[in-house]
This record gives sequence, C-alpha cells and structure tokens, in this order.
Amino acid sequence: MKGVVLDDVALLMAESDTVATAIDDLDDGRRIAGEGRDLSLSEDVPFGHKIALVAHDPGDEVRKYGEVIGRATDPIAPGEWVHTHNCESTRGRGDLAAAGEEVAE
Amino acid sequence: MVKTFEGYRRANGRVGVRNHVAVVPTSVAASSVARGVADEAGAWAKATPHQMGTTQPDATREQTARVLAGIGRNPNVGAALVVELGTEDIDAESLADRIAETGKAVETLSIRETGGTRAALARGREIVAGLNDEAREARREGADASELIFAAECGGSDATSGIAANPAVGNACDRLVADGGTASFSETPEFIGAEHILAERCADDDVRERLLERVADREGMADMMGVDLRGAQPTPGNQEGGLTTIEEKSLGAIAKGGTTPIEGFAEFAEELPVGGGLVPMDTPGYDVESVVGKVAAGAQVVAFTTGRGSTTGNPIAPVIKVTGNPKTWDRMANNMDVNASTVIDGESIESVGERVYETLLAVAGGERTEAERRGLEEFAVNEVQPQELRGASAGAGAGR
Repeated sequence: MKGVVLDDVALLMAESDTVATAIDDLDDGRRIAGEGRDLSLSEDVPFGHKIALVAHDPGDEVRKYGEVIGRATDPIAPGEWVHTHNCESTRGRGDLAAAGEEVAE
Repeated sequence: MVKTFEGYRRANGRVGVRNHVAVVPTSVAASSVARGVADEAGAWAKATPHQMGTTQPDATREQTARVLAGIGRNPNVGAALVVELGTEDIDAESLADRIAETGKAVETLSIRETGGTRAALARGREIVAGLNDEAREARREGADASELIFAAECGGSDATSGIAANPAVGNACDRLVADGGTASFSETPEFIGAEHILAERCADDDVRERLLERVADREGMADMMGVDLRGAQPTPGNQEGGLTTIEEKSLGAIAKGGTTPIEGFAEFAEELPVGGGLVPMDTPGYDVESVVGKVAAGAQVVAFTTGRGSTTGNPIAPVIKVTGNPKTWDRMANNMDVNASTVIDGESIESVGERVYETLLAVAGGERTEAERRGLEEFAVNEVQPQELRGASAGAGAGR
C-alpha cells in the first residue's frame, strides 16, 4: 500500500499529512506509537475515518495525500477524530459566495 | 509483449468484447416497447430504456442523440434496432444512419406507424430476430489490448476507495496505456480540489485550459445557486465512510485514472480515440450517467470501484466491480469481481493492479462479470440542465 502504516492501525499517506486514516475500528484510549510518532486516541475512530496527528487551530489546513483536504473549524488536538464536525471544505462554497464572504483559495 | 484478447472485429475495424443486439428507444415514449422487445428476445438483446421526453431544448436533444447514437455505434453492439413512438424531435432514421456508419446492420421501428404497442412489440420481435441472425455471423478473433477503451468509474466511495480500489484500477489504466490502449475516467465535480494535480499532467495547454474551465463551471454552479456542495459532496454515505470534504474525495477519486499524461479531455459521450492514452471525460458525478457517457464514447469495458457496495451495471459494456473495503467484499461477493481490500493487509497496488488488468482482458475475452450474471443493466441519459443551458448560451457551458 502507498504510505506508511502507523502501529498496524493507521495509514499515513504522505509525510506532510496532519491526519492519518484508521484501518481498523479504533477505541478511545488506543495508543499509536512508531515512525517517530506517539499519541493516544481521545475518542473512538471508526474504520476509514481520520485521526489528527498534530494540533490544529481553527482555520489551519488539514492535509492528507500530501494535499490540503480542508480547514479546521475548531481547535483539534492530536488523537482526536477529524471529520465534518471540526473540518470543512473550502471549495464549492456557494453559501459563502451568497453571504458575501470571500471563499478561501 | 503486448497483451491480447479475442473479440468481435467490426466492419469499421473496432473490436467488440460482446455481440449484443441493441434496442434503442429515441424517447421515454418508446422505452417500454424497447424493453419489451429485448426482454422477450433473450439475453443477446439489450434495451437502453431512458427518461428523456419527445421534445427537448436544442442542447439537451443534441446530447441525447449523441448518447443514443454512441450506444448503437459501440463495438459491443453487433446490430441495432432504433424504436420511436413517432412524435419525437430525435428522428429515428437519422439516428439509425449515424449507427449504420460503423457498417453494422440497423433497423428502425415506429410504434405509431406499426399500429400501436401490441403490433410494435410483435414487429420488433421479428426485426431483432433477423438482426440477431446477422450479428451471429461474427466470430471472436485475436485482438491487441491496444484496441481496448477502458472506462474507470467510482460510486459509493469511502476512505478505502482512495487508498486501495482507485489506485489499483489506476494501475490497470497505466498498464493498458503502456500497451497502447485508451483509458478514460470522468465525474468532473470530483476533480474539485485535485484539479491542480490533473492540470500538471495535461499534455498541452489546450487540454489544461478546457479541463480547468469545466471544473470551474461545475464549482460555479454551486456559487450561482447560492448553495454549497457540502450536503451533496461528499454524499452522506461517503461521509459515513470517512470522507469529510470534496477535496478529500476528489484526491482519492482521480487515482482511478492512473498516473500517465492526460492526452485529451472529451465532451460528454464524445467518441474516444483508439490508442489514445489517458483521456478523461467531462461528466456529472452521477455514476450511472457517467458510465453511459463513456460507453457511448466507445468504451468496451468498465471498471467500477466502490467502497460501500454499489451494484451498478450497464446493458452494453461489462462492468468489473472492484472494492477496497473488506466488509463489502465479504458481504457483497455476488456483486464484486476484484478484491482490492488486500491492499490494507499489505498487497502492493502494483499487484492488485495486475489482477485488475488480467480481469479486464479476461472479461474482454468473454468472461462474464458479476453484474452481467445478475442482469444488472442500469441506463440513464444525462440531461443538460437549465443552468448549464444558460452557461452554454454565454459560451461557457458544458452543453454543446
């Protein structure tokens, strides 16, 4: 598989990524160590979902595949689940255009 | 050495991997008769019933006619019957002429002129039996992989799509392109957030500009309507599968096209070149319509990746299902052809890609896919939407 598997349970697609993908259903408290990383999950993360590897402030880029997949809408600590509740798209945002806000590039 | 398969060589030199008699209605009003004729005839007859009306705006009608003509022209079709009610804007005779240019036998049937539904069904049965006699004269013969046009599609994506199934199908596309063939992928809304990667791979500025323009058009439709894509892209199902944003979905989706240079960018259902390398197509994200667009463009075989477990097939081209999700492989084995979830256990993308490519060649040679065994033959024509028509009138829309 492309990328690096962390501790048998999380897939890091590119070194610059700020999230990894769970390749198993993972429980709150699960420690993920290795490849120079060491963190513990602060909540359950289901198969296929993302785990924060680094701290994100609101507005920070979230990176996977070595590319930007969105920005944080809330502070995210390492070990937290990253999904639609704390990360949003910056693209196709006609709602922002309608509200007169600048859509981030 | 270039791979080979046994296919049906048509009068125009193109090679079919199936030998269907297509029964093509020109509108929704002829769709029931087309389906009835094909159902009674047998598995060799394939109807393409659809929802398009008898009268359509110009751009919409032109696209519908292009799709229907392309379906009849596809080399998997040995002979075709075009069915009309008789009040359609799309003329059955001219549609039949476009199909007959390929050198295959084509007939037409008018429900009104024949004397209504009952008479049309009876007459249709006679016609397709005659067409089948002609089509049966074709025999499989040796063909090169370079004569294949392979379409990659995804539907019901989850996080495994971008990790396993899409890169594996992409690897098979790379192998076919290396062997001199054509590969195509599409779903322009799912280029949003990944278009910079595709743009870098475009063979020239013209292709790059058209691709970026169409991505901007799709994104602009959301702006124009004052809505955002988040409720629809990624879909609720995609989100349940772990995909958070359209950028994330797109970055995984483009992997199914492989890694070779982008040699062109086809309009919806525009005929794809033989030996053309990687040529993506501008289609909507709706998978059934997107598959039909590429089959109407001449693709003989489709690979369809799915994490969550789509069952979609196609009446004209065999659809190979590839899943990267181990649960979907276990639960839906009777809908899946290739297990790519082994990537998660450590099988290399190259190794799974080789299995996909071998499956492509076997299916091209006559091996039936699970979707064919189950009789899954979804068909829909993409309707050019009113907002696209406005864009077209301003010279920037997707319709033509």
